[in-house]
Amino acid sequence: MSKFWERHPFWSLIIVLVIAVFIWAIFAPWPSGITDMFGRKKVFLNALFSGVTLGALYFLAASGFTLIFGLMQNVNLAHGSLYLLGGYVGYQISIATADASGNVVNYTFWWLLAFVGAFLACAIFGMFLQYAVFRRMEGDDLKQTLVTIGISIVAADLMLWYWGGDFYTIATPQWLAGPTQLPLATAVKSSGDVVFLKYPSVRLLILVAAIVIGVLMWLALNRTRVGMLVRAGVDDRDMLSASGVRIQRIFILVFAFGAGLAGIAGVVGGTFQSLAPGEDTSILLSSLVVVIVGGMGSIPGAALGALIIGLAEQFGSVYLPTYAPVLTFVIMAGVLAFRPQGLITSGR
Amino acid sequence: MKKLLMTTVAVSAMFSASTAWADNHPLKVGFMATLEGTYTILGEDGQRGFKLAMKELENKMGGRDVEVIVGATDASPESALRAVRKLVEQDKVDIVIGPLSGSEGIALRDYAKEHPEVTIINGVSGAQETTFVDPAPNFFRFNTDGAQWGVGLGEYVYNEKGWKTVASVAEDYSFAYTNFLGFAHGFCKAGGKITERQWVPLGSKDFASIIANLPDDVDAIYVGLGGGDAVNFLNQYQQAGGDASLIGGSIMVDGTVLSAKGNAKNALIGTPSSGPQADTWDDPDWQKYVKAYQDAFEPDQRFPTPSLLATGYYNATHAAAQCMDKVNGDLSDGQKAFRECLSTIELDAPNGTIVLDDNRQAIGSNFVIEVVEQDDGTLATKMVSKVDNVNQTLGEDEAEFRKLGLPSRDIIECD
Repeated sequence: MSKFWERHPFWSLIIVLVIAVFIWAIFAPWPSGITDMFGRKKVFLNALFSGVTLGALYFLAASGFTLIFGLMQNVNLAHGSLYLLGGYVGYQISIATADASGNVVNYTFWWLLAFVGAFLACAIFGMFLQYAVFRRMEGDDLKQTLVTIGISIVAADLMLWYWGGDFYTIATPQWLAGPTQLPLATAVKSSGDVVFLKYPSVRLLILVAAIVIGVLMWLALNRTRVGMLVRAGVDDRDMLSASGVRIQRIFILVFAFGAGLAGIAGVVGGTFQSLAPGEDTSILLSSLVVVIVGGMGSIPGAALGALIIGLAEQFGSVYLPTYAPVLTFVIMAGVLAFRPQGLITSGR
Repeated sequence: MKKLLMTTVAVSAMFSASTAWADNHPLKVGFMATLEGTYTILGEDGQRGFKLAMKELENKMGGRDVEVIVGATDASPESALRAVRKLVEQDKVDIVIGPLSGSEGIALRDYAKEHPEVTIINGVSGAQETTFVDPAPNFFRFNTDGAQWGVGLGEYVYNEKGWKTVASVAEDYSFAYTNFLGFAHGFCKAGGKITERQWVPLGSKDFASIIANLPDDVDAIYVGLGGGDAVNFLNQYQQAGGDASLIGGSIMVDGTVLSAKGNAKNALIGTPSSGPQADTWDDPDWQKYVKAYQDAFEPDQRFPTPSLLATGYYNATHAAAQCMDKVNGDLSDGQKAFRECLSTIELDAPNGTIVLDDNRQAIGSNFVIEVVEQDDGTLATKMVSKVDNVNQTLGEDEAEFRKLGLPSRDIIECD
């Protein structure tokens, strides 16, 4: 970080200024001049929070993708299928004990179990893929990529066959269903009452969960023995395997973990968006954009990329509605033009 | 002698076979619908409407067997052009039934002009321009357009519900503009105000910021979304604690959304809307059609009742079949007799009688509807009122109506 400061004092200053303006905009009450220019503060704060929570979803999906790429150089284009599969499995678990009218006793438990179940289901499927398919074509990037496209098409049709084309949403537990009041003022009424921001509780929980998962992943990668092996594998696979580490086991482990994260992302997506055929390719596209912006193979890069893309989508939809659909791709094109390796590079 | 006899038999057999072939040479019908992308589920129900009609027709039109070739699209005009090119230029179909989505219809109108040899009967696409601006002589539309689907709703919410100010969220493309225009036309005329409009890209996933941007000081919010966009919006609207009254666009309260899994759709109960059909209408013809739909498909492979997309394709297919019967399957002379029949036919459709105007655009009935929860817990639309003989200019003088401008983001203004 200090290196970055020394090398790019100008850009560092700009970044610090932007962050300062953001912090001011979040906490201070807005003078009317700014409200005239940018609309109500409530809209701004909502876009900010939604951008960050959307970023959390993208992070969950993209971190598995980038982890697998970083270690195995395998562009897993079936990652979206794992996402959708996880979502469907989560939905099934969440309604497993539903009675005829759809009520579930102790729903919170089943909802949390849905995350565990989706993780396990996708992890097992991921292990199978790595063990039965990718192990056989190691080092052959093009072949692997084509095979993953094939798998994603077959998986999409199998899921369409089993779950049909309907839209599925996973219900949130009662205590998370409504909005929460946050201690952030959005406006002051003429009577002097302060209006506080209300924000969907479930999205806040998902944000917190994504941050926890991100931190745990960072700790696991940087503070444990397995993490050390994974990092060594990212740096130099051949040398690691020459030094006697059973690299195939590490591969299977990482693939399972990455796939499981995609499954968790599927349950998250099913909870605050919806699941349907076609979601697999759209989340794959988002993941690709996120890792290209953030830097292929880097977990912090995935986090930064997800945050940028999430914020761009949400702010774009409010402040630049006409150009919102192209905004993410403009960012991607910009990154590719000026920093093709991504904002944060992994490995050496 | 024996040889000669055998030859005669063989030749005559060949001859009779070839004459039979000439008469029964199968009719090639291209079917186009959105079987990919955001509108997949809508396309699938459109396909069910088409299949139901073909089943009733025993797969014959005008005494000829029908060979169906399917073209899948994804609601974009490019995909529609790709599909229709393949159907017309490669498979050499005689008739195309489709497309489903607004902008696809406009693309096909232009394509129809370049290919006078094929007759295109619109599936259910509802952009106004398709038949209103520079229409193609070989493009026929037996469904009313999006603006016609909005007729009656504006007056209803203003007068009966007492909602005087409205803000809107709708998809940013031709059909949603047209559908909104139909609502705004009546609403503004009645004296209502539309204070804010938000247009979102087709296929939006996250509506959190859009929802936050909705004004608090309006009586109701018009939501003109369809398919997955509608489900995502409703889910997130509930999570954000939204409790304003909603007004639904025509595909917002359709079977595609009302039968979604999960409880997001429950935000729609009591929502007024309008469109070319009402699910629980007690008209005997409608009930017969609903029954036929339910009998034709397994309960888990269909909606509880046909969506307006199924109805659109069903009507288009029956219109084609009736005219094929009338001309005895004869499509000679550039399909002249067939097209003349289509232009003048009075189609006795389950959702009311349909005739075509000079632009080959349907004039038909429109329904103001409300979403109700049925005894079995499923949602359906019930009829509030019905307006007959709705034409494309919404009852106005054509010159006056053209002055309003073509459907776009700001047509019609009344703030």
